Formats: sequence, C-alpha cells, structure tokens
Amino acid sequence: MRAKPLFLTIAHRLAILAYIAFALFPLYWLLKVAVTPNDLLYSEGIRLWPSHASLEHFDFVLRHSAFPVFFRNSLIVSGSTAVIVTILASLSGYALSRFNFRGKYWLVALMLLTQMFPLVMLVAPIFKILSPLGLTNSLTGLVIVYTAFNVPFATFLMQSFFDGIPKDLEEAAMIDGATQFVAFRQIILPLTLPGIAATLGFVFTAAWSELLFSLMLISGNDQATFPVGLLSFVSKFSVDFGQMMAAGVLALIPACLFFLLIQRYLVQGLTAGAVKG
Amino acid sequence: MKRIADGAAPYLYSAPALILIVTVMLVPLVLGVSYAFRDIQLLNPFSGAYVGLDHFRALSEDQAFYRALRNTLWWTGASVLLQFVFGLILALLLDKPFYGRGLAQALVFLPWAVPSFLAGLNWAWLFNPVVGPLPHWLFGLGIMSGPSNILSDPQLAMWGPIVANVWWGIPFFAITLLAALQAIPRDLYEAASIDGAGPVQRFLSITLPFLAPTIAITILLRTVWISNFADLIIVMTNGGPADRTQIVASYIFTQAFKRLDFGYASAIALVLLALLLAYSMLIVILRQWLLSKD
Repeated sequence: MRAKPLFLTIAHRLAILAYIAFALFPLYWLLKVAVTPNDLLYSEGIRLWPSHASLEHFDFVLRHSAFPVFFRNSLIVSGSTAVIVTILASLSGYALSRFNFRGKYWLVALMLLTQMFPLVMLVAPIFKILSPLGLTNSLTGLVIVYTAFNVPFATFLMQSFFDGIPKDLEEAAMIDGATQFVAFRQIILPLTLPGIAATLGFVFTAAWSELLFSLMLISGNDQATFPVGLLSFVSKFSVDFGQMMAAGVLALIPACLFFLLIQRYLVQGLTAGAVKG
Repeated sequence: MKRIADGAAPYLYSAPALILIVTVMLVPLVLGVSYAFRDIQLLNPFSGAYVGLDHFRALSEDQAFYRALRNTLWWTGASVLLQFVFGLILALLLDKPFYGRGLAQALVFLPWAVPSFLAGLNWAWLFNPVVGPLPHWLFGLGIMSGPSNILSDPQLAMWGPIVANVWWGIPFFAITLLAALQAIPRDLYEAASIDGAGPVQRFLSITLPFLAPTIAITILLRTVWISNFADLIIVMTNGGPADRTQIVASYIFTQAFKRLDFGYASAIALVLLALLLAYSMLIVILRQWLLSKD
C-alpha cells in the first residue's frame, strides 16, 4: 500500500470534524440557553458560553411546571406502545419468517401499503372513530393508534432477526416433542433478545417523536404528551426561552438513551422500515 | 385435525397485528375517502350530508392549494437533494477505518434520534435573533442586510424548515449508503489500482455503479416520505408567513386541526394520494422502460 499524502488525511479529519460540529451545534445551543440565567440571556446573546451558568431553569421546569406530567404521559404512551408492538411484531414477524402460506403475499402487500400512504390522511377519520368511544383525549387511544402505525415496520424488522436464526433449532426441539409455539417461545425468542431490544428502541423513539396525532387527539393539559405540552408552552410563554430549552433538553434524554441502545442496529432498522425516518 | 391446525398456525401468529392494522389504518382510510364527498364539520352537528364533488370544485379554485402544491415540490426537491449529497459525502468519509470512527459515527448520526418536534423547535430558536446566533452570523458575513428572522421573511422562510430537515435527514442517507458501500468487494479496488486507475476513475467505475440501485431506491422512497412530512413545518412556521411554507400535508393538517373541516381535509388528502400514486406508477413505468432498453 502506498502511504496516503498527509494533506488528504488532514482534509478527511477536518471534513469529519465539520460534520460533527454541524450535527452537534443545535443541541449544544439548546443546552447553552437552558443553563443561561435570564439576566444574561439578552446581554450575552450570541456568546458561546454564558459568563456564569445555572440550573435555575431546570429547577423551575421540574418543580413548578406541568412538564413532569407531560414527561410521565409520554413515557407511559411510548413505553406501552413499544412493549405491545414488540409482542405483536414478534408473532407476525415469526409467521413471515418461518411459514409459507397463501395469505403471506397479501399480508406483506398490506403492510407495505401502510408504509406508503400519507398518515396525515387518517387524522380526521381516526378522530371521528375514537371520539364516540371516549378514546380521544386519552392515553389509551394514543397507544392504540401508535401501536397500529408501528406494527408493520416492526414486523419486517423482527422478521429480519428471525431470518438470521437457523431453522434446525426449532426443528430439533419439535422432534423432541415440543409444539412449534413452545419452541418459538423457549428457544427462538431468547436467541432474538438483541433484536427485541432493537425493536423496542425503534418503536419507543418513533412513539416519543410523534406529533400530529397527539396534537389532534389530545386537548387537555393532564393527558398531554411531551410534544403537545411543549408546543402549547411555546405558544403561551414564548419569551421564557431558558425554560423552554430546559424542557427541550428533558425531551431529548430518553431519545438519546434509546439511540445508544439501538445504534448497532440502525442499518437493519432503517432498511426494514424502508420509508420510515 | 393436526393438518388443519398446522395450516392455521401462520394466520394465528399474524392475526393480532393484522386485525389492528385493518381496524386502525385500513378502515379509517376507506372512511376518509368517503369523507371527501361529504360535508363533515366537527363543530356543526347538522353536517354529514353527501355533497358529491363540491369539495373538489372548491379545491380547483383554491389558490392556497396550488401554492401548497408548488411549495411541496420545492420543499421535497431541495430537502432530498441536499440530504442525498451531504449524506453521500458523509458515507464516503466514514467508509475507510480510521482512529475514532466509532465515536465519530455515533456523533454524526445523533440528529436522527432527536424527536422531529424538538428538531423543529431547536432550529426555530437558532433562527430567532433574540436567542439564536444564526441571524447575527449571517449578518456578520454580509449575507443578510440585518439580523432578522428568516422564518418571518416570506421570500426566505422555506429555507428554515429545509435546513432543519437536511440536518435531521443526513444520517438516514449516510447510514443506508454506508451499508451499501461496505458491501462492495474490496479486491475490486485493489485490482483497479493495480491496473492504474486513479481515485476518481475508481469512484466513477466501481463505487457509483455499485451504489446506483441503493441510491435510486432510497431517493424514490424518501421523496414520498418527505413530501408527506409536515412536522417540521407545523412546528417552525405553521405554514406561514402568508402560506409561503405551507405544503400539501401541512395544509391537510391545518384544515382538519384548526378549521375542523374534515370533509375538505379529506378531499385534499385524496388528491394528494392520487398524486403520490401517479408518481409511483411513473417510477414503475420508468423502470420497465429502462429494463426493456437493455
């Protein structure tokens, strides 16, 4: 191998640094304004770090605002959605991975279709359906809607993980007298644990980020999820930048935790979802 | 008996998912199509009558809708192109091992994990001259005549959501393209450089042909997805100023959410669906044509 010219290596590292700076700068700024005391916010507007930092905005947001409630609501909705979707998607993903059946083509086609059409089309009809059932302005309603939206992509994701496990394993168990479901539960599922963790992470992140349906379906403050609460806070108190950004930092925490969890599976997840962001 | 049970097994495994998809997605989809021909207003208990093609007639004279169509093209085209170009460069930069690649990869992919509403708010704040640095920097560089908010400038407002979208979407392209890059057999490059091919030639005759299918599929699917992606616009500008950033998807949402006019919203949604179908058909036909040409 020829040694690469030094300037190419330097240019490469500089380009990587530029990308990292571009990726992190908005988040850095969010954190910076969140720790800037109000009296310095305007006088030191575009300084890269305030002359003294404080956690007063976090303190206020955690103790005197409704954000802990929004955070809890979002946690309930995203957590339940992730668990339910993962259970349903392991079952259907297993069916797609291990069986050849007549309806398979139609099932796959239906799931692909749901990934292609604009979900915003469903905002009005879903509201109309859920409203007489008492499921608007309810966390349960949101969980049902999010679960349905995420099942198709999670099914493809789980299928890709099942495909990676040799069939011989459950065939051996079935020769020993286990039914296929027992073999699935006791042999295949434990082997797919990393895949299950990745699916949980992807679905949690998707549910945590969803905006339009939670805006449409939730109206009261006590059932509001984080995006709804943050947006109504922004439109009401649009001058409390420090508090808004402190709340924003809070919304970022679970998303970043799950990002670390699923980092290794990003490629698989994005290609399984195909059209999913 | 056993054979019947075996035949039913795959259906039993997929039944819960299937039932949920049908009731929560397929039924509302069909219902939504029927709304397009009815007068459905949430606040008016006497609405609900069939109005035939009235909504579509109103739509054909709705200047805001035509503006939203043009904005959708602009928003989608600029976002996809910039995300693709910067995503491809990033994937090429990350392709070869170097010290600290794992960490660099985790950091540059982080924006993908940021919830879209937060990405929108974050960039709206960066563009806000009160707390954000961007207007001051643009002014300092002489690009803008004063440190003002581009989100309230009708000529420039669309760039706000586009920049946020590019920031948020680069990782998606980079990850998919990186996976495709790593699948190219390494010995091809060695053979080519032994035969005397320079880096540009290797890129053009090995990398690009291998990447082409992935690039094509990713861009086509991403185009559909981004044209429907209204979150950033709703959060950052809400379609304003003066509808300059309204895309069709955000227009549908505004009609349903603000004006509670479900009938009209569904009519626009139906037109959008038809346009997306036409786009998909066009791609299928194009693909057939390209295949038959070879």
